[in-house]
Amino acid sequence: MTESEVQRPKKALAPVKWIRSNLFSSWYNTLLTVVIGYLVLTSIAPLMNWLFLEATFTGAEPSDCAGEGACWLFINQRLNFFIYGFYPDDLQWRVDAMFILLAVAFVPQFIEGFPARKWLGIFGLTGLPVIGFFMIPGGLFGLEPVESSKWGGLMLTLILAYIGIIASLPIGTLLALGRRSEMPVIRGLSVVFIEVWRAVPLITVLFMASVMLPLFLPEGMSFEKLARALIGITLWQSAYMAEVIRGGLQAIPRGQYEAASALGLGYWKKMGLVILPQALTMVIPGIVNTFISLFKDTTLVLIIGLFDILGTVQSTVTDPAWQNVAVEGYVFVAFCFWVFCFGISRYSQNLERKLDTGHKT
Amino acid sequence: MGNPMTEQTQAPEAQPSSPGPASGKPDIIRVEGMHKWYGDFHVLKNLNLNVQQGERIVICGPSGSGKSTFIRCINRLEEHQKGKIIVDDVELTDDVRQIDSVRKEVGMVFQHFNLFPHLTVLENCCLSPIWVRKTPRKEAEASAMEYLERVRIPEQADKYPGQLSGGQQQRVAIARALCMKPKIMLFDEPTSALDPEMIKEVLDVMIELAGSGMTMLCVTHEMGFAKTVADRVIFMDGGEIVEGAPPREFFTNPREARTQKFLEQILQH
Ligand SMILES: Nc1ncnc2c1ncn2[C@@H]1O[C@H](COP(=O)(O)OP(=O)(O)OP(=O)(O)O)[C@@H](O)[C@H]1O
Ligand SMILES: [Mg+2]
Repeated sequence: MTESEVQRPKKALAPVKWIRSNLFSSWYNTLLTVVIGYLVLTSIAPLMNWLFLEATFTGAEPSDCAGEGACWLFINQRLNFFIYGFYPDDLQWRVDAMFILLAVAFVPQFIEGFPARKWLGIFGLTGLPVIGFFMIPGGLFGLEPVESSKWGGLMLTLILAYIGIIASLPIGTLLALGRRSEMPVIRGLSVVFIEVWRAVPLITVLFMASVMLPLFLPEGMSFEKLARALIGITLWQSAYMAEVIRGGLQAIPRGQYEAASALGLGYWKKMGLVILPQALTMVIPGIVNTFISLFKDTTLVLIIGLFDILGTVQSTVTDPAWQNVAVEGYVFVAFCFWVFCFGISRYSQNLERKLDTGHKT
Repeated sequence: MGNPMTEQTQAPEAQPSSPGPASGKPDIIRVEGMHKWYGDFHVLKNLNLNVQQGERIVICGPSGSGKSTFIRCINRLEEHQKGKIIVDDVELTDDVRQIDSVRKEVGMVFQHFNLFPHLTVLENCCLSPIWVRKTPRKEAEASAMEYLERVRIPEQADKYPGQLSGGQQQRVAIARALCMKPKIMLFDEPTSALDPEMIKEVLDVMIELAGSGMTMLCVTHEMGFAKTVADRVIFMDGGEIVEGAPPREFFTNPREARTQKFLEQILQH
């Protein structure tokens, strides 16, 4: 190629140049940079001190937390409770196995070119919940049963969010299709379902599921509090999901529907092969947004007496043996939530990039 | 309705629209006294048209005259309210199975291509053969490559539609329709969304297709195309078929005043 001498102009600027043009380009920019820089520096030092330098990480008992900094010893000592709740110590390997499978399924999603990445992801959405269904409660295959009232901590948070997320996606999709159906009965039912569930706060749904539902169910038919909460969360989340997905369906041009029909694809094939793949890709940011909200909303199960990660921490910070560890406890909870929510967000950005075929009709 | 209607039994009913050449070939499309309304608006009025197997028909007429609506009725993208449409001996009714079987035999090419942007060119072409015709994937891909070669873009098979030019996209759309091995091809202004330099590449593909004996119904303003390949040119205005004749007769000696006026306008440039 002879044109190769003409090089594409470089976009990246040298750091010094970048600093000059972005931070010190005018007198008020310079002033702002100096003021903000001062504020950041003066607040970062004490924060670092508290978080790390003067913090206590190890020790044997509460009195070891003598320094000025954070008492991470508290988290360290109660970590077992924060992760597993009351799940029996000798059976916790089952939960650990699920954590490992979760990591095996999803960590590769962040690594470009990891072998069988796609299949691991599919396993995470299908096989993993099935295995979890047998592993966590036990009772089959010679696994000792563990009642759901003993589940708690991070494990419970993940179970609630994970099941809520993967069950609400298909149900929400069906509801969205139903709402756009040409059949009046199906459309009507979908609209009523969506509008009723969406108009109710999650806290009410959980309360109804745990307190009211048993009153209506026939004698002898009862299922566990956790299962009821899960059903409530899933249906509530599905209503939200349905509206997000409907937005995507509406954005698909009519020509796509027509071309699919003209090729002889029936309703389900048309939707499954042509319309939904495009609609879902389009609304990934909205879907992820609802996932993240749900992830954080699972903390509301506290009010029906389930101990998720926030619940376990909250019940421990009031322990008289430990004094003034509330801040450490809540910082720890916030950090756990941040790790997972940020992970979900990064994953969705990866997915969006991968699915982008560079053009919208 | 059991006795098959022949050209002759229909002819007395003043049918300037359907003077098909009287050869022995069977009619693959029969439209009889067809009407369509959009709400109160009477879009298509008493359309009658018989198309023989292998016949190439060009439909023209002013904007809003119902050309698109008419050919979209033939694969039931639009529903008609009165009269009959029979395609390859199957009457189009509300029956979903009849509609499906007609759509398998009728390919359609749209003005705006309507390729599926999330699938590659090859996947666009294989989708329907695999899922509707149940062709094994290998076979579907091999046959799709043949059609892509026929429309002269085999080298683009693994690209996404968004990476192609308009003319290339339209040729893919033609290949995609052909992959279903249809008996009839419908074209709705296939070149009117294209830049002038791309029109020819699409028309060339269509001319070649016409040469292969495909039954074609083509809405277009390309009068050159009509003159070279059409067996019959049909003129629509105000939802009616005003007249239809072989191109030489149609262009040199139109019978109706409306046709003359339209031709004057269109042939000026
Ligand atoms: N979905 C619809 N609802 C109501 N009216 C419609 C609809 N689609 C088309 N029409 C009307 O029907 C008439 C015929 O439309 P059609 O698209 O068939 O015209 P056309 O001959 O293809 O025109 P053009 O050359 O501009 O494509 C027009 O007056 C149009 O406004
Ligand atoms: Mg049109």
